[in-house]
Amino acid sequence: MSVRQEISSNVRNMKQMEYFILCRRTNQIKEELRQGVRKSYREVIDVSWGDPHRAGVKPLSFVRQVLAACLYPQLMDGDKLMVDVKERAQRLLRTCAGGSVGSYSDIAGIPQIVQSVSEYIVRRDGGAPCHPKNIYITPGSQWALTNILKVLVNSEASPRTGVLIPVPCHSTTIISLTALGAVAVPYYLREERSWALEVEELQRALDSAKGVCNPVALYIINPGNPAGYVQSRKCMQEVIRFAAEKKLFLLADEVYQDCVYGKESEFVSYKRVLAEIGAPLSDTVELASFHTASKGLMGECGLRAGYVELVNLDPAVMKYIHKLFSTNTCPVLGQIALDVMVNPPQPGDPSYPLYLKETQHIRASLAENVRRVEEVINSIPSFSCQSLEGGAFAFPRVFLQPKAIERAKEAGLQPDTFYCMRLLEEAGVLFSPGTEYGQKEGTYHIRFCIMTPTDTMEEILKRLSTFHKQFMKEFS
Amino acid sequence: MSQQAVNGVSCRGKVLTVENMNPNVKRVEYAVRGPIVQRAVQIEKELREGVKKPFTEVIKANIGDAQAMGQRPITFFRQVLALCSYPELLEDNKFPEDAKKRARRILDACGGHSIGAYSASQGIECIRQDVARYIERRDGGVPSNPDNIFLSTGASDAIVTILKLLVCGEGRDRTGVMISIPQYPLYSAALADLAAVQINYYLDEDNCWSLNVAELKRALNEAKQHCKPRVLCIINPGNPTGQVQSRQCIEDVIRFAKEEHLFLMADEVYQDNVYAEGCKFHSFKKVLFEMGPEYSSTVEMASFHSTSKCYMGECGFRGGYMEVINMDPEVKAQLTKLVSVRLCPPVPGQALLDLVVNPLQPDEPSYTSFAKERTAVLAALAEKARLTEEIFNTVPGITCNPVQGAMYTFPRITLPQKAIDKAKAEGKVPDMFYCMKLLEEEGICLVPGSGFGQKDGTFHFRMTILPPTEKLKVVLQKIRDFHLRFTN
Repeated sequence: MSVRQEISSNVRNMKQMEYFILCRRTNQIKEELRQGVRKSYREVIDVSWGDPHRAGVKPLSFVRQVLAACLYPQLMDGDKLMVDVKERAQRLLRTCAGGSVGSYSDIAGIPQIVQSVSEYIVRRDGGAPCHPKNIYITPGSQWALTNILKVLVNSEASPRTGVLIPVPCHSTTIISLTALGAVAVPYYLREERSWALEVEELQRALDSAKGVCNPVALYIINPGNPAGYVQSRKCMQEVIRFAAEKKLFLLADEVYQDCVYGKESEFVSYKRVLAEIGAPLSDTVELASFHTASKGLMGECGLRAGYVELVNLDPAVMKYIHKLFSTNTCPVLGQIALDVMVNPPQPGDPSYPLYLKETQHIRASLAENVRRVEEVINSIPSFSCQSLEGGAFAFPRVFLQPKAIERAKEAGLQPDTFYCMRLLEEAGVLFSPGTEYGQKEGTYHIRFCIMTPTDTMEEILKRLSTFHKQFMKEFS
Repeated sequence: MSQQAVNGVSCRGKVLTVENMNPNVKRVEYAVRGPIVQRAVQIEKELREGVKKPFTEVIKANIGDAQAMGQRPITFFRQVLALCSYPELLEDNKFPEDAKKRARRILDACGGHSIGAYSASQGIECIRQDVARYIERRDGGVPSNPDNIFLSTGASDAIVTILKLLVCGEGRDRTGVMISIPQYPLYSAALADLAAVQINYYLDEDNCWSLNVAELKRALNEAKQHCKPRVLCIINPGNPTGQVQSRQCIEDVIRFAKEEHLFLMADEVYQDNVYAEGCKFHSFKKVLFEMGPEYSSTVEMASFHSTSKCYMGECGFRGGYMEVINMDPEVKAQLTKLVSVRLCPPVPGQALLDLVVNPLQPDEPSYTSFAKERTAVLAALAEKARLTEEIFNTVPGITCNPVQGAMYTFPRITLPQKAIDKAKAEGKVPDMFYCMKLLEEEGICLVPGSGFGQKDGTFHFRMTILPPTEKLKVVLQKIRDFHLRFTN
């Protein structure tokens, strides 16, 4: 057979996600439950992804009403829908070729929506200018990130292209790098200092790359994933100066910018900090910033819409980037959701009261979940959790006993995967293991989504506590 | 950020430059949305600003976007999708029961009953099962396994994914991929991006763009000297050429793929767009299985379909799938890893695909109007295909093969030497020069044949047959008049 074994080595080198093993077992368990097999739980609670809707959070009514009206404009006859829903749907349909969401959009996105995104960015960043031609809307932010990495990574170069990535890091990004033939250069966040990013560590990482690869970019996640930190302005200034000095392209994954709840925390964008630093850095540091409709209060992961804003790139390179983005565009429904995200109902709009109620509820639930998670996790001796400041996850460290680690090895599993597998089987809760994201050697973590209804979170914490006590006892 | 940086004036000392960027990206071209479209968009802007031109609108006959040109979406599909987006509408008695039933089934398969939840990266399981059943019905019972179905963000996503999987090796061992000339430039763009070796095989213009095995052999043997040919791509019905390959041809291609150990990529997104008398869509998979186990258990293949074309024309949803056949399980495991990187295909597109593969049955309330809409769309396309061929063939200097299927015409144009010389003097490819002039003078946007590939010394353009019939007649007349002027 000609194809066997003869596939791209970049693809072969991609690490198989731990998730697949857990997912397979989850599907089996779900089937067993359907067939009436008795377990200590009636359903599996899946909080392994940053997926609020899957976890039970309801979509925002305004965006869904607008989508429905755009899909089936006959809905706008009569009084079922509010005036502002109709106005928004009609305005957006006018921007679609043939007045339909079924037509292809322009390369970078529907121009009026790109304009809305750029205006949002200007408002968010206290007036720092944003040119629409620097924005590309794509099917999810990872799609945009892959395209930008594609431009940066020369897979045939020797030495190979390197990209500095945090430990821990979003798993999909790590795999993307491998698929493109790039080398990931890890820099460790300091867990005991709330996952702080220290410039000395960036330097150490850069030094470690000497003779191994040619680092061209620095990938930052802020607010964090999986760890729930929000970077300080001071830290961000240091990062920007480091990138400028070491000639690194800055990739700022800011998809959780709307999920900030830490009392001392504030999200400020890399673009804004760069602008505030002023010339010459503000005119020269090359930056790509990523955002999405998948996270935040909307949580519309399944619609697949994100964007990248490119700052200070060479116009000659931008021409090629434009061509790269031309072969596949963002689904129109996703773009509509993005429009609502950057331009939500305002006070005085008929839909505003409901929108406010729904978003306040989600924020309040999130705040309550954060409080409960910190309370419960910190009360369990073999857990430790840095304070949750932002993002959608808790990423506590779990201290596993030598016997548990041994048993994991026998099962051919990473220790934290083993823990997650047992948690799944015995408590019906699906988390993801720290192995997925990278962690300091000899440490183990678990990640779970905290954007859930409050009663779901209570149930999760209850099951986790019970399971954990038993697990610790078993391997004492 | 200073105004200077915002306006894109280049600054010294960039980290990312044209010199050090990925050289493969520099070779990516996608003519369908290339320079001529950019000029068309600029002209539209000028028209909006009140600049006077010899026309009042730009007709974008460059891209296979039916709804952009006025084709209406299928009502039933939009009803179900509206119900899926805003499930409160399930209480609304203005929606038919059969639409609600389908919406409920789709929502039950979504995480948290929301189309906003991620799906499994291979696609929602019950939809993959429905796709498999559709394929079985289409292919007269040839079995299809849902595990071999991968839903995707348009067929383009699946095509690029398979190529990513298969392109490997260095130097003379670098994967060679056979593609027709003319071809749909997604393929050439993906091959450039992946630094694969593009192996061109020429379709026979004088014989209705048919495919000859002799030509496949010629292309392959020549290519063997500088690369390792491993993949054969075929688009049927064809884009841009519109031919529908005969069953014999498909058998010949399969035989050739087996003999030469090639992975077959069958782009079948236009499978419902067949118009010409005597032409029929034969799926590669069906023919493969009818050729017996010697072939059906050995030839490795992927076939692609989409929600963008046929009678639905829902390009903006980015729905599609591929079916992989006889793929080694280890290779399939690698494919599964690869698709997980982009998380999942858009869920509304998956839902739409489910409606396409699970069409209404005659006993369902919405069936009659659904069938009527579908028939009307396909009949209109067939008429436009016929009209286009007829009118173009009345123009001296334009030769048009029958538009047997798909959505395009790819006529050959004879250009006077004077025009060719003028084009070259302006640094333009002659058919681009022709198309640009047509755009400036008549406001009609086509794509020059050079964007798709053509035999040396020949010139073509690709035009969609999608404008409404009356407008299409006007467009065809304007092109006729332009051509006569141009060639005088």
